[in-house]
Amino acid sequence: MTSPNQHQQSAAKPEPTRALADRLCDWVVTVDHKKLGIMYVAAGIIFFVVAGLEGAAMRAQLAKPGNDLIDPATFNQLFTMHGTTMVFLVGMPILLGMGNYLIPLMVGARDMAFPRLNAFGFWLFIFGAVLLYFSYIGATGLYGTAAAPDVGWFAYAPLTSRTFSRGNATEYWVLGIMVSGFGSITTAINLITTSLCMRCPGMTLMRMPLMVWMMLVVGVLVITALPVLTASQVMLLFDRQLGAHFFDTEAAGSAVLWQHLFWFFGHPEVYILVLPAFGFVSEIIPVFSRKVIFGYPLMVAATVAIGFISLGVWAHHMFAVGLGPELNAFFAASTFLISVPTGIKVFNWMGTMVGGRIRFDSPMLFCTGFVAMFVLGGLTGVMLAVVPFDWQLSDSYFVVAHFHYVLFGGVLLAIFGGIHFWFPKAFGKMLNERLGKATFWFLFIGFNLTFGPMHVMGILGMPRRVYTFPPDRGLDLWNLISSLGVLVQCAGVLCFVWNVILSLRKGKPAGDDPWDAWTLEWATTSPPPEWNFDRIPVATSRRPLWDQKHPEDPDWKYE
Amino acid sequence: MRLALLSVIVAMMCSSSSQGATDSLVVCLPDTTNNMFEPVSQSAREIRELSWLVLGICAAIGLVVEAVLVWSILRFRARPHAAKGEPSQVYGSNSVEIAWTVVPCVIVFVLTLATVRTIREVELTEPPSGALMVIAIGHQWWWEYRYEAEGVVTANELVVPVGRPVWLTLLSADVIHSWWVPRLTGKTDLVPNWTNHTWFNAEQAGIYKGQCAEYCGTQHGGMFLRVEARAPAEFAAWIEEQKQPASVVMAAEQGHQLFTELACMNCHEVVGTSDGTFGPSLTHLMSRSTIGSGVAPLDRDTLRLWIADPSNLKPGCNMPSLKLNDEELDAMVGYLLTLR
Repeated sequence: MTSPNQHQQSAAKPEPTRALADRLCDWVVTVDHKKLGIMYVAAGIIFFVVAGLEGAAMRAQLAKPGNDLIDPATFNQLFTMHGTTMVFLVGMPILLGMGNYLIPLMVGARDMAFPRLNAFGFWLFIFGAVLLYFSYIGATGLYGTAAAPDVGWFAYAPLTSRTFSRGNATEYWVLGIMVSGFGSITTAINLITTSLCMRCPGMTLMRMPLMVWMMLVVGVLVITALPVLTASQVMLLFDRQLGAHFFDTEAAGSAVLWQHLFWFFGHPEVYILVLPAFGFVSEIIPVFSRKVIFGYPLMVAATVAIGFISLGVWAHHMFAVGLGPELNAFFAASTFLISVPTGIKVFNWMGTMVGGRIRFDSPMLFCTGFVAMFVLGGLTGVMLAVVPFDWQLSDSYFVVAHFHYVLFGGVLLAIFGGIHFWFPKAFGKMLNERLGKATFWFLFIGFNLTFGPMHVMGILGMPRRVYTFPPDRGLDLWNLISSLGVLVQCAGVLCFVWNVILSLRKGKPAGDDPWDAWTLEWATTSPPPEWNFDRIPVATSRRPLWDQKHPEDPDWKYE
Repeated sequence: MRLALLSVIVAMMCSSSSQGATDSLVVCLPDTTNNMFEPVSQSAREIRELSWLVLGICAAIGLVVEAVLVWSILRFRARPHAAKGEPSQVYGSNSVEIAWTVVPCVIVFVLTLATVRTIREVELTEPPSGALMVIAIGHQWWWEYRYEAEGVVTANELVVPVGRPVWLTLLSADVIHSWWVPRLTGKTDLVPNWTNHTWFNAEQAGIYKGQCAEYCGTQHGGMFLRVEARAPAEFAAWIEEQKQPASVVMAAEQGHQLFTELACMNCHEVVGTSDGTFGPSLTHLMSRSTIGSGVAPLDRDTLRLWIADPSNLKPGCNMPSLKLNDEELDAMVGYLLTLR
């Protein structure tokens, strides 16, 4: 162990004089959870732009009926890559990356439990991502070379068999996801271990920030669900490469087995994406409402309940498969049930806002937008759990609207909220508030323009994943509005990217605690030193910094 | 938001129901709606009733939650002249938290009961008595319909009698497809190695459209469904017509010759001439009104365009271009036009 004095000296080493190559090398060989976290988020944002452009291309094709801007084979690759990228290369890395950055700081630790495993996980993710995108150059598909996978992000058998998916684009999909999935599993192990074993003195489980609780549950879900995907992908590889028949329906394999395996991963995956977002919101809303989170124990209970129940709802993706009335009824009931703890969370956030003194800085704007949109996405989710309603609307644009309200209106707005909230901590500079607000309003309005009309398109009978639609179904106007909304969203993303570049160069200095917040990450400098805390902090309550700022009325009295 | 969405839905339904009324009169009329809220079959109607209930409950919850959210934004936003210091810290309230746990549980219980009831009414495990039995087979990217008892095989356009329940046995020849005609009933998948059923009873004559609802490869978007409900007498006449062997017209002999000499007969059935099963049966091709599983209306021009190169109308589809010259094309089209 080195003494604090030595730390001070090494921190004072003049940074700018070092060669670019040295600094790059620092990032490549680093095992620092903060650098890894920043790289996760940066890579996620790059892939977000890529996948966003893929989505924009699809909306351009669907702007008018009978359009022939994009041929069907390319369109199918676009939605496959858009979905796969958004889930595995945008949602997972950004959320796990922010967990990576924040969890050790929040629990008062110097790093993750396994720093080198952490770095290994990150580079696995990057390698998997590059492998997946290399398919655009190196893979062969149904119609020749340079073909990205085109089997859809849930890759239903037997469309993935060698008979119907010739070439090796599907192998790129399998291996890219599998490799980056191993990365996610290592990160999950790290998150669990760090939050259980690395907490600073005084930080009991029931004093952990809610964000840490959520990441703990996410970690458990990842190591429960992701190996199932990996296993089924191995089975698929066996089918394709070694002549096995797990999913080969021409040789008595089962197409339904793939669906069970995939959704046993796929539905917890939704909560893997949404729980960290809940975590961000649970940290941000109290700070900007100037109130303690309403009903902390119930929030924790709801989180754990969501974790458990989410493992028992997967077949609600399969109501049209013909599993029979009994199974359909069971999975409808379990799906309804999961709306209860989810609803509790929404009510508790609102309970936190009521009676507060709410500052609408950009992080809070995003989080308020999150609550408003997530409620809509949650309610359409309840509708889709009603089996007969789902028989009509499953695999239609209504579903596309539903999960974009959850994943864009929900998760992505929360991610933007989180980035605006913790950017000053990570870089020591404030983001520009005016650009932040512009980002929010462009994204919020553009998002609703794009995805709101999709509810109607689904009700009017438009299935998802169609590369064009006929002109006589009353769909033209809705599709046009939806496509125009993309332009507004693009303006939002441009504002955000510009804001980051501008603020990194000449943002206002942030100071340690720009938002007057209460959790431990704000107790250290911005950006924090490599060792996070000069002295390991002591958690006196759920809000250690509140106790310091209000010694007359500390939190621990009320726990 | 919810209010806006609801009003949009209501407006949309008003506008489309006024268009929908004339559908049943003309065969190829545009402006058909696939709106699930305009059912013409018992099962689709039961789904609609439940959907309205659920939509109503969810809309009410949504309205209340969003209203409280907006109210708290307006009421509790920090004002520039507000008092300094922090607002009073409320750590929670057992009674309030129990309330907003129990109330959703009750709502969820009611929804479960309503759902189970409608599942039992719609998802039949036995065919309704007197049902017309049809086997529907999904192919990349077209539909095969086999009326086993009647001995009729056709493709892409299902003809059914008004008023009589239809029991569809759903099979797949390759990958997963999904049979979805929203005004008749909800969707059911066609899964290879797995037998599914669905049923409906069209209550009025008309053409009801839909399309494949499970991603099934390149032309998933060009795999349209078309159900034509006809009066029972007309339906019986149609069955008789379909049972006839393919017509033989001497004037079309050159085209017939081509059909048998080229690859056509490997995939397509024309009773008396060929027995291919990979593509749609062409025995009574011209009794249908669309081509390529609904991607274009069927007439001399589209037929010629299609045979010249199917990817003109349906890029990526499995039928190859036979590279016929103009003369051969004319002969082939001339022959196919006789298959009434």
